Amino acid sequence: MIKRNGSITAVISGELDHCEAAGIRMQIDPELEHLMPTMLILDMSGVTFMDSSGIGLILGRQRVMESLGGGVTVKNPSPSVRRILQVAGLSRLIISGKKTEE
Amino acid sequence: MKCDNYVKLTVPALSRNESYARAAVGAFVSQLDPTLDELGSVKAAVSEAVTNCVVHAYAESDTVGIINITARIKGEEVYIKITDKGCGIEDIKKAMEPLFTTKPELERSGLGFAVMESCCDKVKVSSMVGKGTTVTLTFRFDKKVLK
Repeated sequence: MIKRNGSITAVISGELDHCEAAGIRMQIDPELEHLMPTMLILDMSGVTFMDSSGIGLILGRQRVMESLGGGVTVKNPSPSVRRILQVAGLSRLIISGKKTEE
Repeated sequence: MKCDNYVKLTVPALSRNESYARAAVGAFVSQLDPTLDELGSVKAAVSEAVTNCVVHAYAESDTVGIINITARIKGEEVYIKITDKGCGIEDIKKAMEPLFTTKPELERSGLGFAVMESCCDKVKVSSMVGKGTTVTLTFRFDKKVLK
């Protein structure tokens, strides 16, 4: 977790599937509750695989952040992660890296 | 000589077997020399189908159920069949609607079938309530036929 100017960056690595999502959620949510940031940045540069469980994780954190009056962005997704984000209609959350059509 | 090939896997419906299942099927399919995109698609679709078995099929069961996976290379096509003997799906059409989920409390996005459909050439679902569900994923790797 990297905290800066009201935002928190969660650096996620490895495979983001159903098995891993709950553990990641349990690491992020207490920090959000404690620090109440205005922005949660999910740095996905180290994520080598993601399925719809990752989408559930992102949408869940988006709900938490909206309750705090903030938002969520996704940073540096790989092409395969980007494709899953596209299927979910979440390409708008990507803040850096190559852009593709939604 | 054309040589079809297949592999069969049986795993308990445990969450930690999701990564094993997609890796094993991905390794099997690799003999067709898929692109990284194609391999990623196979792994994502298998992961979704196996996760559905873990999350839904045996949710009401007291014992850990079984997931059977068969991956078959036949000519230019790969067929992957994922079968459980769990609760079955009452309304398949509804279950396949994007964003439909019976488990929002578990942060399920309801996009499992949407991801499968985006990754595969064909997704077929057959199910009987109380008997189980079979998902068959079809991929075409053009001109990558084993000789």
